[in-house]
Amino acid sequence: MTTDVVKRPSVGTLVWEQFRYQNKVFWRTPIAAFFTIVFPLMLLVLFTAIFGNDVIEGMGITTAQFFTPGLAVFAAVSATYTNLAIGTAIARDNGILKRIRGTPIPPWAYIAGRVASGVYLAFIAMALMMTVGIVFYGVQLIPRTIPAALLTFVVGVGCFAALGMLVAAISPNGDAAPAITNATLLPVAFISSIFFPIEDPPRWMEIAGSFFPLKAFAEAFRDAFDPTLSGAQFHWPQIGYLALWGVVAAILAIRFFRWEPSAGSRSRRRRRKEETGSETA
Amino acid sequence: MLPECAEKAEPGAGRSSIAPVAAIEVEGLVKHYGELAAVDGVELSVEPGEVFALLGPNGAGKTTTVEILEGHRDPDRGQVSVLGFDPSTGGRAYRERIGIVLQEGAVERELTVREALTIYGGMYPKRLDPDHLVELVGLEEKADARIKTLSGGQQRRLELALGLAGDPDLLFLDEPTTGFDPSARRQAWAILENLTALGKTILLTTHYMDEAQHLADRIAVIDHGRIVAEGTPDTLGGRADGKSVIRFALPSGVGADQLPVPARVRDGLVEVEAESVTKALHGITSWAVERGLELERLQVARPSLEDVYLELTGDN
Repeated sequence: MTTDVVKRPSVGTLVWEQFRYQNKVFWRTPIAAFFTIVFPLMLLVLFTAIFGNDVIEGMGITTAQFFTPGLAVFAAVSATYTNLAIGTAIARDNGILKRIRGTPIPPWAYIAGRVASGVYLAFIAMALMMTVGIVFYGVQLIPRTIPAALLTFVVGVGCFAALGMLVAAISPNGDAAPAITNATLLPVAFISSIFFPIEDPPRWMEIAGSFFPLKAFAEAFRDAFDPTLSGAQFHWPQIGYLALWGVVAAILAIRFFRWEPSAGSRSRRRRRKEETGSETA
Repeated sequence: MLPECAEKAEPGAGRSSIAPVAAIEVEGLVKHYGELAAVDGVELSVEPGEVFALLGPNGAGKTTTVEILEGHRDPDRGQVSVLGFDPSTGGRAYRERIGIVLQEGAVERELTVREALTIYGGMYPKRLDPDHLVELVGLEEKADARIKTLSGGQQRRLELALGLAGDPDLLFLDEPTTGFDPSARRQAWAILENLTALGKTILLTTHYMDEAQHLADRIAVIDHGRIVAEGTPDTLGGRADGKSVIRFALPSGVGADQLPVPARVRDGLVEVEAESVTKALHGITSWAVERGLELERLQVARPSLEDVYLELTGDN
């Protein structure tokens, strides 16, 4: 028996290994990779084709200059909010979380690896979107606002990662998580002017849009790519609002997180079938 | 999510040089789910290096008991000590020394077998080489295949390999062959026998009596949350001193009342329960020889483990 006796792995190593493997799992799940990476790029291609890439009247910027940062935010939210919610809820249904709980990895280190992977993929999705915008659609990068863009992005992605883990925590099973994320993200994306700028929205829509964190994220990030604006473009109220949502979501996610599949989720159904099968045999 | 302090509180540390009295010691274990007492006063003691089977019908409390020992659930009452740890507070140091093979564990289906063994093994201070593990469970050909391409039986074997990835001192096996066809069970048993040769302490749950008999050094029968019998496969439930039964076909032309010993006749088959088999058999054969009778289908049988098990767990 060849036993490798090594030191107890450091927590940093454990987080890093989880991060690496979660990334691997992501790239090997075509549907997740498609919706996170490819789908937002398709929207950019479609929107610029439909609306043309001229200067938008009253805004003073091109269609691509408006859409690219917003869709980069949308892609980043898919990578964190949607992916973490669905991936974690399914992992729980399948019993992966329960297995993890029986191993020596500290639970928070596992979660940290998962979240880090979502954040990393959000950066990739954002960088890819901005690159396509700059290279193919003449989107301008403004050096003086890059620090503000990065800070906004980090806080925004952290906020939506926490929200994704909250949805994972409260989803009764793996089927509910995609339903919850899609039913929340898509309408909110519309009222947050991700898919097209809404001029003169009805009052309720404006209030709803301002309540959810996506609009704050998109606005603050987009303004960092608006050449008609001056200054460093640190939108502190929006950044603060995103941080507040993130902290509240994280506290609730920790409070309600479960490691075991709930009764009636996929794996339990399978077990029941087996037991009745063996009893009648 | 409990932050676990890695360096202090290691009651099991340094124990490897001094053999502990028992690998598992359970006293007065009680766990309720609502009104139902899933575990109702279980007592267990498992020696190091022993293969111990917890045998019982579905819903008897096996899985709940094991999940408490694994640290997945907290008991309502009772004392539990596993490798010198309290599983509910043992944390990382405890989990480094145990391996858990879940009844229906799963791994990320997109990983390969080798990747899964590497990442899970990497969580432990001691670890077994993935190449060695795939060999042990007979998955060499699938080592670089995605887990989603494995058959059900192969996934269960991977599950076993994952339980061993951290070279545990104690392995929990929850119903390792439930849902297997007979040949897959034989295969799984062969693998488990390899493990026992490694000298690991194994706690196995099963509702298959033959599985317990085949694999275990000692068996505890659990029913309605209580241990109703405990012993080796040979002595369980008084099986060693249980009365043997002599059976033979009732010779034609002989009435039941003409037999030399007290007996039951069922479907033309005579059954004699005997304290002393030799004496009873002598009486019966002498009687038959004197009359020139041939005792067709003559056999002497000890009560089977199955008889004992059904008697212990049967409600009727």
